[in-house]
Amino acid sequence: MSNRSQRNFVVEPERYEFTAAPVHHFDLARRDFFKVLGAGIAVFVVAKDAFAAQETAPGSKSFHNEELPKEITSWLHVGEDGMVTGFTGKAEMGQNIRTSISQSLADELRVPFSSVRLVMADTTLTPFDAGTFGSRTTPTMTPQFRRVAEAARNLLVSVAAKEWNVAPEGLVALDAKVTDPVSKRSLTYAELARGKTLAQNLPAEDPVTPAAEWKIAGTPLPKVDGRAFVTGSHQYTSDMRLEGMLYGKILRPPSFGATLVSVDDGAAKAMPGVTIVRDGDFIGAAAPSADEAQKALDAIRAQWKEVPQTSSKEIFSYLKKNAEPSSNERFRRQKGSVENGLTAAAHRLETAYNVAYIAHAPLEPRAAVTQWADGKLTVWTGTQRPFANRDELAAVFHIPESSVRVIVPDTGAAYGGKHTSDAAIEASRLAQAAGKPVKVVWTRQEEFTWAYFRPAGVIEVKSGIAGDGKLTAWEFHNYHSGMSGMETPYDVANQHIEYHQVPLVLRSGSYRGLAATANHFARETHMDALARVAQVDPLEFRLRNLSDARLRAVLEAAAKSFDWPSKKTGAGRGFGLACGFEKGSYVATCTEVAVDRGSGSVRVVRVVEAFECGAIVNPDGLRNQVVGAIIQGLGGALFEAVEFENGRITNPHFATYRLPRFRDVPQIEAILLDRKDIASAGAGETPIMAIAPAIGNALFDATGVRLNNLPLVPNGLRAA
Amino acid sequence: MPNAMELEVNGKRFAVHYPPDTPLLYVLRDELGLTGTKYGCGEGQCGACTVLIGGAPRRSCQIPVSAAAARPITTIEGLEKEGKLHPVQQAFLDSGAFQCAYCTSGMVMSSVGLLRSNTNPSEADIVQFLQGNVCRCGTHPRIVEAIQHAAKMLQEGGR
Repeated sequence: MSNRSQRNFVVEPERYEFTAAPVHHFDLARRDFFKVLGAGIAVFVVAKDAFAAQETAPGSKSFHNEELPKEITSWLHVGEDGMVTGFTGKAEMGQNIRTSISQSLADELRVPFSSVRLVMADTTLTPFDAGTFGSRTTPTMTPQFRRVAEAARNLLVSVAAKEWNVAPEGLVALDAKVTDPVSKRSLTYAELARGKTLAQNLPAEDPVTPAAEWKIAGTPLPKVDGRAFVTGSHQYTSDMRLEGMLYGKILRPPSFGATLVSVDDGAAKAMPGVTIVRDGDFIGAAAPSADEAQKALDAIRAQWKEVPQTSSKEIFSYLKKNAEPSSNERFRRQKGSVENGLTAAAHRLETAYNVAYIAHAPLEPRAAVTQWADGKLTVWTGTQRPFANRDELAAVFHIPESSVRVIVPDTGAAYGGKHTSDAAIEASRLAQAAGKPVKVVWTRQEEFTWAYFRPAGVIEVKSGIAGDGKLTAWEFHNYHSGMSGMETPYDVANQHIEYHQVPLVLRSGSYRGLAATANHFARETHMDALARVAQVDPLEFRLRNLSDARLRAVLEAAAKSFDWPSKKTGAGRGFGLACGFEKGSYVATCTEVAVDRGSGSVRVVRVVEAFECGAIVNPDGLRNQVVGAIIQGLGGALFEAVEFENGRITNPHFATYRLPRFRDVPQIEAILLDRKDIASAGAGETPIMAIAPAIGNALFDATGVRLNNLPLVPNGLRAA
Repeated sequence: MPNAMELEVNGKRFAVHYPPDTPLLYVLRDELGLTGTKYGCGEGQCGACTVLIGGAPRRSCQIPVSAAAARPITTIEGLEKEGKLHPVQQAFLDSGAFQCAYCTSGMVMSSVGLLRSNTNPSEADIVQFLQGNVCRCGTHPRIVEAIQHAAKMLQEGGR
C-alpha cells in the first residue's frame, strides 16, 4: 500500500488474499493496560511462531517483563465488576462477528453472554490484525478467543485454589464463579478479579471445548446491540459529530486518469469559514456545513487534461488482448495431459464466459471523521483494515504509526469494498489545513465512481467427456478477474487451470467471494452444458464426476429439499443447479425461474441453498448471511454491471445501477448442515458463489438459450 | 445568517438556521443531530432517509426543509415511547431483520407509514410498498416477516 494516488493505484486482484501480515510494535505496555482497563485478570494470546521466537531468541524479554510481545493476536480482561472484555482488531460490518465471537468467549469462559463485551478494530486498544476479509474471523479469531478464555478460566481457578489453599484440579468453573464441590464454597469471577493485576500470556493453539459440548456458541442468539440499530442510536462513522467539526468535500476529476492543469479557487477561498486545500491533484473544501463545502467546490474553476480510456463496450476483447504474456507458476495448476484427455473424449466443448465489473454499493458510503491534536491523528472510519489504514495515514502525513489511531465504529457494510483509506486520507488532509476536525462522507455517485470494483474477467473453458459422462479433460483460463475458486472440485485426470494477469482498467479489488463467483459461474455453467451434451441429468452428471463427500452432501441436501428434478409447473419455467466449495465451506444451490416469453421478463421464483461450514457458531446469524448472500448474488447474476465510457462511469446512481430490491426476491430456503465434528469455517462469502450459474442453468432449462455472460439478463431475455 | 425557521420534530419545536432549500435530511442530521435518519444516495432511490411527515413516509433527502416546516415530522428517534419500542421496532428486533442495519431506520419508518394506511398488509402489499427501500445485505425476507409480525402486534392492542 505504498502508492496512494488513485491514478496510479495498481492492485493485483485479490492481492489482499496474499498479503502477509507485517509485524508491528505494540505500544500498550502491561502497566498501561491495567491503567486503561482497571484491575482484574488479563490473558493475551500470542501467535504460535512469535511465541516460539520469544522463548528462544537470545536477549528477548521474558513474559514477566512489562513489555508485551509484539505478535499478540487477541486478549481479554476480566474486570473487578465481573465484566469480560475481549479485544480484537476485527471489524463488525453486518456479518455479525461481534455476536459470534462474544458467544464463543462466553461459552469457553463459562459466563453469561450478557457479561461479555468486545472492543473491536481500534489500533490503540486492540492487537494488530491484517483485516476483516477472506472469511477468516470464525476459523482463526474465534478459536484464539476460546483459547484465551480457557486460559483466563484456569487462571481464575488457580486464584481461587490459592485463596482456599486447595488443589485447583478439583475446582469447577461455571456460571461466572469458581466452586469447590467438596466444601461447597464459591467465589464469583468478580470477587476473584478484585484488587488483582494478574496477567498471563499463552501460545495460540487449537480450540478447546468441542462443538458438541458448546452451550452458548451454537445457539441462535440475537445480534448484540440490536436495540441501538432499531432505534437509530448506533453511531456509524457518518453519524459522528465532533466539537467544531467541519464538513469536507473533494473536487473530483471529470474522468479517470485526468490530471490538473490549472485552478482558480479565489472565489471559493473568499467564502467565510471555508478552507480550500490544493495539494498536487487533490482539491478539497472544508466548511461549517456540507452545503457550504459544496458551494465552495462549485465556485472553483479547474481545468483538467483528460486521457483516452477503455470503455465497457470493448472491455472483454481488451482483457484478452492485454493479458500478460507469460504467467507466474503460482497462477497455474496442471496435471496429466489435457491434449490426451481431449483426444480420448467422446464429446468436446469449448466456451468463453464474460463477467462484468460490479460495485459493492454498501449502503453506508465511505466516510471518515478525523481530528489532529499535538501532531497526533485520530481517525474514525468504516474500514475492513484499520491497521493498514493507520500505516497508510502515517506514510501520507510523514508521522510515526504510533501517532495515528484508527477506530472503526460498527459499519454500514463493506462486502470487500472497504479495504482502502481514501475518505480517511481526504478528511485528514482537510483537517490538517483547517486546524479543526473534518468529516468526509462520499456521495453515492462518488461511491460508484471513485471506489474500487469487483474486476471484470474473461474465462475460457475447454473440456472433454467420455461416453459414460466422465470428464476426461479440463482446461480453464481466467483473464483478470482472479484466482479464487478457480480449481475444479470434479475428478478429472487431465487438467490445466491458469490465471492470466491483465493491467487494471478500472480500480479493482476484493469483493465478497472474490473471483470465486466468476469462476464458479464459468465452471458450473460449463458443467451444465456438458451434462446436456452427455444427455445426463445435471445433478447425476455432477455426482458421477464428484468424490468430495462434503460437496456431495450439500448437493444432495439441496436437491432433496428442492425435489430435484422438479416437475415443470408451466411454460417458461426451468430448473438449474450449481455447487462448489471455497475457504473451507460448501454450497449447493437449486433455482426455479419463470420467463415471460412475450415481455422477456425473467423472475427467479424459488431458491434452495444447502450450506455447510463445519460447526455452526450462530445458526441465526449464519442464516442471515446465507440468505443475504443469495439475494446479493441475484444482482450480479441478473442485472448488475458497472458501465463506463471515456473514463466516466455512466450509471453511477441507484436509479441506473440496478440492485436487487424486494420485488426481485424469490422464495428462499436455506439448509444449514451443522457438522460439529469439523472446525468452523467462515461463512460470509461462499454462499454467494453458486446462485449465478444455478440461475443461468435454469434459464437454459426454461428457454433453450445458453447465457454465458454475467450479468445474464440486464435487459430481459428477448431472444427467448 | 438566513432567517430562522421552525420545525416540529418528534413532538418538539426546533429553530432551523439552514437555507430554506436545504434538504430536510441534512437539517435533521447536521443541525438537529438526529442521525438515526441516514444518507444512502441523496437521490430518493434508496429509502434510507425515510421519515414521516404528517404521518406519511417521505424521502427526507428530496424535501426542502421549507416544505417540511408546516407539518409534524417523526424520525426513528421519535418512535420509542417511555422506554417502550414501537411494535415495528420490536418486530425488527424479534425477527433479526437487519445485518449491517444501515437501512433499518428507513425500513422501519416506511413500515410504520405502511401500517398506518394498511393495518393488515399482504406480502405483496409489503413488497410493493418497500420497493423503494434498499437493503444491500439481503435481509428482505426477514423484513417482510417483521412487518407482518408488527401488524399482528398492532392489531392485538399495540398502538
